[in-house]
Order: sequence, then C-alpha cells, then structure tokens
Amino acid sequence: MELNLMVAGFGGQGVMMIGKLLSQAICDSTDYNVTFFPSYGAQQRGGTANCFVVASDREVGSPKPAVVDELIVMNDVSMVKYRNNVRSGGMIFTNSSLVKSGAERDDVTVVPIPVTEMAMELGSLKVLNIVMLGAYIGYTQLMDENLVLDCVLRLLGKKQEFIELNKKAFAKGLEAGRKAKG
Amino acid sequence: MEAVYTRTNTLNGNLLGFCPGCMHGTAFKLIGEVLEELGIDNKASCILAIGCCGLAQEVLSYDLATAPHGRAAAAATGLKRSNPDTLVFTYQGDGDLASIGLAETIHAANRGENISVIFINNGIYGMTGGQMAPTTLIGMKATTAPGGRDPKIHGYPLHIAEIINQLTAPVYIERVSCNNPANVRKTKNAIKKAFQNQLDGKGYSFVEIVTSCPTNWGLSPEKSLKFLEENMMKEFPLGVLRDK
Amino acid sequence: MSDKVFMKGCEAIAEAAVRAGCRFYAGYPITPQNEIPEYMSRRLPQVGGVFVQGESEIASVNMVYGAGAGGTRSMTSSSSVGISLKSEGISYCAGAMVPMVYANMQRGGPGVGTIQASQQDYFQATKASGNGGFKMIVLAPATVQEAVDMTYQAFDLAERDRNPVLILGDGVIGTIMEPVVLPPMKSDEEVAALKQANRKWAIVGHSRDEKRGFLSPGYWSTVMQEEHCIQLDKMYHGWEENDVQVEELYLDNAELVFVAYGTTARIAKSALELLRAEGHKVGMIRPKTVSPFPVKSFDKINYDVCKCVLDIEMSIPAQMLYDVKLAVKERGAVDTCLRSGGNLIERGDIVRKAQEILSGGVK
Repeated sequence: MELNLMVAGFGGQGVMMIGKLLSQAICDSTDYNVTFFPSYGAQQRGGTANCFVVASDREVGSPKPAVVDELIVMNDVSMVKYRNNVRSGGMIFTNSSLVKSGAERDDVTVVPIPVTEMAMELGSLKVLNIVMLGAYIGYTQLMDENLVLDCVLRLLGKKQEFIELNKKAFAKGLEAGRKAKG
Repeated sequence: MEAVYTRTNTLNGNLLGFCPGCMHGTAFKLIGEVLEELGIDNKASCILAIGCCGLAQEVLSYDLATAPHGRAAAAATGLKRSNPDTLVFTYQGDGDLASIGLAETIHAANRGENISVIFINNGIYGMTGGQMAPTTLIGMKATTAPGGRDPKIHGYPLHIAEIINQLTAPVYIERVSCNNPANVRKTKNAIKKAFQNQLDGKGYSFVEIVTSCPTNWGLSPEKSLKFLEENMMKEFPLGVLRDK
Repeated sequence: MSDKVFMKGCEAIAEAAVRAGCRFYAGYPITPQNEIPEYMSRRLPQVGGVFVQGESEIASVNMVYGAGAGGTRSMTSSSSVGISLKSEGISYCAGAMVPMVYANMQRGGPGVGTIQASQQDYFQATKASGNGGFKMIVLAPATVQEAVDMTYQAFDLAERDRNPVLILGDGVIGTIMEPVVLPPMKSDEEVAALKQANRKWAIVGHSRDEKRGFLSPGYWSTVMQEEHCIQLDKMYHGWEENDVQVEELYLDNAELVFVAYGTTARIAKSALELLRAEGHKVGMIRPKTVSPFPVKSFDKINYDVCKCVLDIEMSIPAQMLYDVKLAVKERGAVDTCLRSGGNLIERGDIVRKAQEILSGGVK
C-alpha cells in the first residue's frame, strides 16, 4: 500500500475528519508510516479546508506533497483549484452533488459520488464526510472496511443515534463506491 | 547583661551597601525579623527585583533568586505553584513593579496567587540614577524629567495599591511607611500579616512601603524624611485598603 | 504495534514532557503551537502538575523561571514571534543556571510573519536566543516520534547542565499526526526523587545549617561574572565532544551532499532517495542537534569527488548556511536551496536544484 491523498472542501464539510479517520485506521491496523497533515489557515470558520494523508512502508517525506495520487474534492472550488495537482493516472473523487466542473484532463479517473444528496437522504448533512469515506474505501479497497468503520465509531459521537447514523452513512458510501468501481 | 535587641540572623553580616537615609535596609531588617518570629526563615524564598534592592542578594541568608526586571510576580507564581510549602515573597521597587512589570503585577494579583508582594515606592529610579518613575510626584524633578513631572506630558502618579484594590481576588492591601518608629512597627505588622495570610493559604497580599531616596531626590536624609511626610504621603496616603 | 498511538506533534511533545517528569508548564496562545498549552491544561492536573496560562509570553517564561528555580521540571513553548518575547527569561535561566525546556514551533517571519511552517529562527535558536552570548543544546526533530524522543531527553540534558534546552520544531512538526511509541511514564516517586536531587540549589527554603538556595542571573563582581562565563564556555565545548546528534547518509564518495534539519530534512531525504534511484551519488548530513552543530560530519565528505554541499532550509535569507560553510572550511563548493514565508519546500525544488548541480551547472 502506498497512499498519497489530498482531501479538500468547505470548512464544515468534515474534510479534516476524512483524512484523520483514514490515517488513524492505517496507524491502528498496519505497520505503515502514515502522516496526517491538516493544512491550516488563520480563519476559524468558513473558507476552504484541506488536508493530506501520506502512507508508505518507507519514511514519509513531505507531509504535504505537491503532487498527489488521489484527490477527494467536496466542493467545486476545490475541484478547480486542485485538479491539476493529481499525478497522471491518478484519481479524483468528487462530491458530485456540488462539484459541477470536470477534471478538464483525460489522464485521471474521476469518481463522482453525490455525497451531499446521499447524506440528506440519511437525514443529516453532518455525515456527508462519512459517506465519502465509505465510498473511497469501497472504490479503492485500500484496506479492510471494518478497520475503517471501527475508527469512525471509536472517534466520533458516542451516542447510540450517532453510532447508527455513522454506520448507515459508511455503508451507503461503501456500496456507492463499490458500484462505481463496477 | 540580657540582650533585649539583636540583629536579625537573616542578614548574614555582609555590608548592605545602601545609601544613607535609604529605607531598603529597614525593610529587609523587618522582613527578616518577621521570618524569624514566625519561625519560617528556613522555608522562605525571596524573588528579588532588579534595581537597588538587588544589592541585598549578597546579604540575605535565606533563599532567593533575582527575576528579570518587572517579572518578579510571574516568577513567584511559578515558584509558589510548584512549591506550595515554600513562603514566597517578592521585593520590588516602583520602576520594576509599577512600570515594566505592571502586567505581571496586576495579573498575579488578579489570579489571587498565594504570595506576598512587598512594594518599595520612593517615586524614582534609584540604581540607574534618578529617572522618572510612574510614581514620581507632579513637579518632582528627575533626570529624564529635568523640568519636573508635568501631567500634560507625563501623566499622573500611578496609585498601584488603589488599582489592585479594584480587583476581587487580593485579600490584603496596605500602604505603610518607615518614616518614624510608630510607622516602622506598622510596617512590620503589615509584613507579618502578609506572610501569615500566605501561611494560612488565604491568597494574595500587597504591602506598599512608601520610602525615600535621598540620593536621587537630591536631599539630605533628614530633608528626605520631611519630603516623604509632606509630599509622598500626601499623594500616597497610608492605611489599610483591604483586609479580608 | 500495540503500543503505537496516533498523535499530533504538539500533543505528543506535551505528553512526552509529562512522561519525562515535567510538572509545570506556562504558556500563551500563538499559532501553530496552541495544542501544547491546551494539552497541558488537561494533562498536568491529572498528574499533580501545574498549568498556568500566562498573561504574556514574557510572564509565562518567567513563571517557568520561578518553577524551575524551585527544582520542578518545567516547560514553556511558543512560536517565533512569541519566542522573541521569551528571550529575556531564557537568558535569565541560562545566567542563573535554572534548567528548563522550551519548544519553538517556527512560523514565518520576521515580525508577525505567517502562521505556516518555516525555519526562519535558526540564528535566534543557535546563536542568540537572548542577550549575553549563552548557548543551548538545540534539538531539531524531523518526525513526531523524534519530537517525542527529543523532548523526553531534553529534560535530562537541561537538568544535567542546569541550562535551557530548545526543541526547535516548526508548524509542520507541530500540526501533523503520526504514529508514535511513547516513552515510559516516570512514576510519582521518580519525579519526586528528581526534584529532591535539585533541592541543593533550588530556592525552596533552606535551614541556616544548609547552604542557601541562591540563583543569581548576574554578579556584582566582574571577576565572578567572568569566571561564570568561563565555566559556561567549558560546558559548551563539552557538548561539541559529547552531545552532537546527527544522521549521516551515503557520505562516502557522494558527489552531492544535502544538509537539512527538521521538516526540510525529511523532504530532502525523499529527494535523495529519488535521485539515488536514478543513480546519482547523493549523500546527506542531517543535524539532529543544530547546536552543537555536527561539524565533524563534514570531515567525512570526500571533497575530491563532491561537487557541492547543498544547504537546504525553509529560510530566506539562508541561516544554517553559515554553520555549513564553517564546517566545510572552504574544501568544496556550497550552495543553497531555499523556501520561505511559510511555504513548504517541495521535493521537486530539491530534485531540480540537485540535477542542475550534478549536470555541472554550478561552480
């Protein structure tokens, strides 16, 4: 496994949590070196947020690589801003509910998942990041889905209603990801 | 013959080195006597300020460290919080406590640190040579205010005890002087109260001692006393501001 | 694998400090190191320690001066512009021989600069962290694990020398999360014993039969002050022999040698791997202590084949460059690869510069 991922979107979309959960799962269940870098700005609210996850069996060099293998974009601004940061042959996962721009290049695979709509179907916009995390795992088969779900349940809301909601969101994303992979 | 008065053992016999008429010597003597009377000179630690008072560092027989200019209350905070059994007091002049160290002074008081602050206010910078202090009186000449303190340019003397009295946390605030035997006794009692408060875990105590600086005031010791009584004590009236 | 935890750099540093026996921390908010005071405010009370949010960086470092003077393992932290404010207190610690540990998670500068990672404080960290020409051991971690290990060690070094020790990190080391194995927690008994060992000089109160605790950041006697400086200087020279920490990679017959520390070093190392995979003979010196600087490592370079020693820093102007030049002693060419302003250096920046040098573009 080699992972070189950027996640970008609006603040409030749970962008950082996608990266954190994924890297935590890698830390917990593998011997890989993994680095999670929450890129930070001065604003406490609003604006755009992005983070990086780099995992490798070698030492991790830059925690914020200029070129990534995979990009998850949760809003259109991030698509336009970062689509050229993906290496040739890489992948872009988009929240197709909000991302209307295309990759405008044909050497990357775009995987559209309407996570905002899917989250609304589940009754809470808050879980759109968990839907995306599920979709990403479902598509890439990066690691055992249960290891990731364990992390989701361990790190996020302890209340039973949240646990159920997160489980549903992850499962819904997972299924969509698998379907997209075909 | 029975000895009815002896020098405090908290002064090791080295020469104090203060100018004639200076009251630092009296203050250190009183502190030492109180420490001995309370039986706590073996658990006392002084955070000494920058300035003339630093001359005492070779003279005091109890524990001490010199803090950066103005920062004694912060250093005392760190020392006391991590060593609650040590009696921690600061000894600071007006330039130190009221000017460069105002933030540290106010915030330590506002946190209600369980320390005792001894503030020596003589209205002038001593060791550096008579520059204007925040407590310099209106019209009083200083080497950086050669025409005398002018409120239009320099503002007015800062009343630290009164400022601290605006805060909720402090338990004891008193302004005293050492201009005569009666007031020296009051000063000693004030210091004792401040230390006892700390031993009782009551919190922050502030003792301001209004003193003179004959050398930098340009007056003889005798005339300095008169100036102290007629001018300094008028601007900085003695008395208990708070005793909770 | 089981004792591995996933931690943010700042929090890992704080936890390592607690495990090393740190029982007093004072600090003031500034990005990017806020997770250190935040973590300490939760963690220290759990172990009988004290956390104080100072009214300023100046007050905070002086609280540490007071707590350290009382023999307690004490720490503060800040970032760049806040470290400048602490310099007075750090100089006092060095002068009065009060052990303390502090961390600088560097950001852009000068002035308020940017809040993103940089290495703009190298001179301040290694040459003049305050007035008076004192020196410190300065540890420069490149990973969160190293930040943990160095913080743990820093308290021993500080106490051994009765001198400040600086953890020189940056906004990346402070904010990234990485897996770490935490060092053992010192027991209450061990922490108490460490403090008791300091009692002989600590200002906690002594009886008249004992020597008083007397911490003096200065002397009235010029003779004594000079003697003090001479003793300190001896200690500084001792570090050069005994306390240099460095990682050396492929120095034998290297045609190009990278010199980088901290975050920059890990990026430089990834560039080195890429270049070596292409067959280029690239080596590297990574100072883990930027003070004392690993001067002797530069004697291992074969200057007959080395085309260039490349100083790589996230600082413009270059600062470590001058230590590199002193260590190279004009035996070979020295060049720089720099970023600044809070912009992370990229592997591509380093690879391009290296290729330029290796293809003979630099004299």
